[in-house]
Amino acid sequence: MKTSIARKVLMALSGFFLIVFLLQHFIINFTSVFGHGETFNSLSHFMGTSPMVQFVAQPILIFGVIFHLAMGMYLEAQNNKARNVKYVMNKPGENASWMSRNMIITGVMILLFLGLHFYDFWIPEIKTKFIDGDMSGALNGVEGTRYFHELQHKFVDVWRVIIYCLSFVFLSLHLLHGFQSAFQSVGFRNHKYLPTIKKLGNLYAVLIPAGFIFIALFHYLTQL
Amino acid sequence: MSDKTMNLTLKIWRQKDAKSKGKMETYPVTGISEHMSFLEMLDVLNEQLVVEGKEPVEFDHDCREGICGMCSLHINGEAHGPDRRVTTCQLHMRMFKDGETIYIEPFRAKGFPVVKDLVVDRSAFDRIQHAGGFVSVNTSGNTIDANAIPVPKDDADEAFNAATCIGCGACVASCKNASAMLFVSAKVSQFSLLPQGKVEAKDRVMKMVKQMDLEGFGNCTNTGACEVECPKGISLDNIARMNREYLKASLK
Amino acid sequence: MSVLNAKIPEGPIKDKWTNHKNKINLVNPANKRLIDVIVVGTGLAGGSAAASLAEMGYKVKAFAFQDSPRRAHSIAAQGGINAAKNYQNDGDSVYRLFYDTVKGGDYRGREANVYRLAEVSANIIDQCVAQGVPFAREYGGLLDNRSFGGVLVSRTFYAKGQTGQQLLLGAYSAMNRQIGKGKIQMYNRHEMLELVIVDGKARGIIVRNLVTGAIERHSAHAVVLATGGYGNVFFLSTNAMGSNVTAAWRAHKKGAFFANPCYTQIHPTCIPRSGDYQSKLTLMSESLRNDGRIWVPKKMEDVEAIRAGRKKPTDLSEDERDYYLERRYPAFGNLVPRDVASRAAKERCDAGFGVNQTGEAVYLDFKSAIERYGKEQATVRGEKNPSKERIIELGEEVVRTKYGNLFQMYEKIVDENPYKTPMMIYPAVHYTMGGLWVDYNLMTTIPGCYAAGEANFSDHGANRLGASALMQGLADGYFVLPYTIGDYLADEIRTGPISTDTPEFDEAEKSVVERIDTLMNINGSQSVDSFHKRLGMVMWNKVGMSRNAKGLEEAIQEIRTIREEFWKDVRIPGSKNEFNTELAKAMRVADFLELGELFAKDALHRNESCGGHFREESVELDGEQKGEAKRDDVNFKYVAAWEWNGDPGAANLHKEDLEFKDIELKQRSYK
Repeated sequence: MKTSIARKVLMALSGFFLIVFLLQHFIINFTSVFGHGETFNSLSHFMGTSPMVQFVAQPILIFGVIFHLAMGMYLEAQNNKARNVKYVMNKPGENASWMSRNMIITGVMILLFLGLHFYDFWIPEIKTKFIDGDMSGALNGVEGTRYFHELQHKFVDVWRVIIYCLSFVFLSLHLLHGFQSAFQSVGFRNHKYLPTIKKLGNLYAVLIPAGFIFIALFHYLTQL
Repeated sequence: MSDKTMNLTLKIWRQKDAKSKGKMETYPVTGISEHMSFLEMLDVLNEQLVVEGKEPVEFDHDCREGICGMCSLHINGEAHGPDRRVTTCQLHMRMFKDGETIYIEPFRAKGFPVVKDLVVDRSAFDRIQHAGGFVSVNTSGNTIDANAIPVPKDDADEAFNAATCIGCGACVASCKNASAMLFVSAKVSQFSLLPQGKVEAKDRVMKMVKQMDLEGFGNCTNTGACEVECPKGISLDNIARMNREYLKASLK
Repeated sequence: MSVLNAKIPEGPIKDKWTNHKNKINLVNPANKRLIDVIVVGTGLAGGSAAASLAEMGYKVKAFAFQDSPRRAHSIAAQGGINAAKNYQNDGDSVYRLFYDTVKGGDYRGREANVYRLAEVSANIIDQCVAQGVPFAREYGGLLDNRSFGGVLVSRTFYAKGQTGQQLLLGAYSAMNRQIGKGKIQMYNRHEMLELVIVDGKARGIIVRNLVTGAIERHSAHAVVLATGGYGNVFFLSTNAMGSNVTAAWRAHKKGAFFANPCYTQIHPTCIPRSGDYQSKLTLMSESLRNDGRIWVPKKMEDVEAIRAGRKKPTDLSEDERDYYLERRYPAFGNLVPRDVASRAAKERCDAGFGVNQTGEAVYLDFKSAIERYGKEQATVRGEKNPSKERIIELGEEVVRTKYGNLFQMYEKIVDENPYKTPMMIYPAVHYTMGGLWVDYNLMTTIPGCYAAGEANFSDHGANRLGASALMQGLADGYFVLPYTIGDYLADEIRTGPISTDTPEFDEAEKSVVERIDTLMNINGSQSVDSFHKRLGMVMWNKVGMSRNAKGLEEAIQEIRTIREEFWKDVRIPGSKNEFNTELAKAMRVADFLELGELFAKDALHRNESCGGHFREESVELDGEQKGEAKRDDVNFKYVAAWEWNGDPGAANLHKEDLEFKDIELKQRSYK
């Protein structure tokens, strides 16, 4: 934590962790487009009630998110100080991509989205399970499991769908730089496997957010 | 070859000394040949200013053939100007158009305080090297024969590529975070690739990184701007290698 | 007997250095800590000397006018560094390197010094490799060599076209190690403006802090000047803009003799001037002459058509071209030594055949080489009856791998594609063999004042071989000076710290301040550069590649006139107490204006042609060598060491006779 390189390695490691989490999140969500969400329901129920997930993985995840975020903010502040007088004329676009230069913007957009996302899903979940003490996963009053139902319910409002889709675009931009950058930060790069990492990174950064957008649109459109 | 001349408007950062506040000033120049180097164009301006009894614009330069690393300048928003793989002294006026306005600023970074006008103090780079940019061998000449340790050609070539860094500071100047990682990593790489330098590799990377941070340079966020603007094309691979060396050193 | 005592040790040449080292006085480690040494200049010689001296235990103060030791102009050396390693098993030896260097210097160097240089050359390579200098290697992992400059063996070690850079960074890293330990105190952006003599010994220097303008005093028990050459007296040269003679000249004016100032190396393959605004000339490595053919048009109308843009060089048929080097020197052709190639280019251009606007350029053509390589490649690849285009394509590929970086550099500067149209080249001032006179210990005629590297005169005679400058700089700094200086310093252990608060320092500082004030108060109308350019024109036209008595006498007068005008009409804006490049330049040009005259005076007195010094009066009149340079060993087999006597024109000549015991004197021939 003391040196710039240690901090950037930690930034990368937390990034890797979030990349893995995102993949997992995507796979589970993607099951919601098949049938009437039976797989989705059972997976969600497992994730929501497994003590390992809830009391070990979830705190780690929350810590990871907060760490990535706080460190990102801290580094940004430090980096700003490293150039105390700015250029009158600067053309940063000539030598670096927009994504790489604006991780803080895409990051903050993702953070705002997370606020909404927590409000939509996580807080009601926690309330149902740990405040109301209902660990059954059952729908209120009706027969069946609640997860798929709740998911669908959120994608009725067109504005929410738009916000979700936009946020995934920011996520994609964040990942387009973040994925390969994380490899570079931990020193995993040379001319031999660099092209592979770049391709893999671009693929991930486009496919995963596109997949999320697809899921959102799918549920919106199927409920029209 | 044709001999086109052009008239230009120069917007140049003027600052009396390290403590004073600076500002951009405007100077017209006329009859600039497209075959002039950028610094020769500034010579013309300075000659004009001297004859008019004004203070010429101070800028660093020495070899004027792209190897000493003394010339700097942020020209029209880019370190060493719009051309690639050249230093400012090798940048030619044919890269510009007649009637163009050219912004000329010093390299900007907290680690590179302005000395005067366009001259900056890059002694931070020296101090980073003092911390560990060497192999600890005495200059007695009584070392082992030069061919006693064969070095794979690829490693030697890679070490050479890293060692071609001229220490100009364009990497810092173009990095949005004013990070000095490319410069430091080039030196760390050169030595870590050679058997002679491996012995002290751990100590070296720790000390040099520590000094780099003390000098107030920013953090690397892998934007890659440094590699694009580097007049010698020092590769980002070197930064990855330094990260690796650092990890190895801190885990041991 | 001459006042000059070279202190060459007795005994056979191969034992001189070893015996001398064994007899040299040593300073014990505890005492070394009490002794200060000043090193001015941080190039190969200064940087390596500072590092070695600090390592041995002396307290070192090093000075550079640039912002870092790493900027010194040694960094720009391209080709390589010679060493008698015989790794290629081609019969190289210390003796052969010694012989080549003496012969290459046209028998105007000092045998004992040159032998020592050859002797320590192998250590340099060991040392540099141990420091992590990334020399070029072969696939087996061992060091690669190339041949260079007309010698018969491959002894040149190299790091692509950036050998000087790599070696300097090696010396710089050795310095960094000592700076980090506090054993070298480094003063960047400080320029030496005076040498301080106390009781006949060099005891310190006066410097100007180039950032604040402050004048500082620094004392030491010995002063080492490693301040490079004075090629910038010509204004246009391949030297860096800041390279100057001031430190050496200040020492000269305080009693150090200046030896052979007229020996200048003019390098034949540089990019020509493109206009009056030009600030500097760029060298293209000598290696290009291995494959390039040099020519100008035969007919004047073709020259005019080319200048007017009506014709292109590629339009001229073989019959219309004059490959003048091949014509004049059928045996060596385009590979004659640097001085010969340069003079031949000048001869053609003076006759009006120069091919660019300024009339000072000849062609260096790779067409034949491209075709030859192309055909070779086609055969190697088994391509039957390849088309002309295919041959050229294959040939260009070969040329690209050999000289790609040079071709690219040329294209960046000139904006022409040298694969398609011949390069234009012209000779330019590159290196000065002359410098401060030193004895075998590298001490000048001022006790305690040493000179190393290009700043001294000792090893290259009247002409330097390619890849030998780097060798000499590092030999002096790493392996010679650190030992020989001990001989002098052994007597200084009881001296104690040298005070800077003495009348001698007062006087020296006063003279510097007065000089600065005088310059600042002239308030004339012409810029420093305009004077420097005028001096350069005189030097180039009359004291350049070929010299005659009349021209040299005129030059002396003209330089005096420019000097007088300079002191009346120069204009330096700003103040002395700030960063002021114009003032720094003015101090340097003032000294160049004095050196220039001594330079011409030396050239005038040496009525013979040797190496880089060509007197039109001294040429072979008949026989096979008709028109070629003629050396005069009967009258000029000596080092001309000039003693300052109040004015450059009044300098006293002292001669150090050169003895050639191990090498027979011979006339060079390239016909």
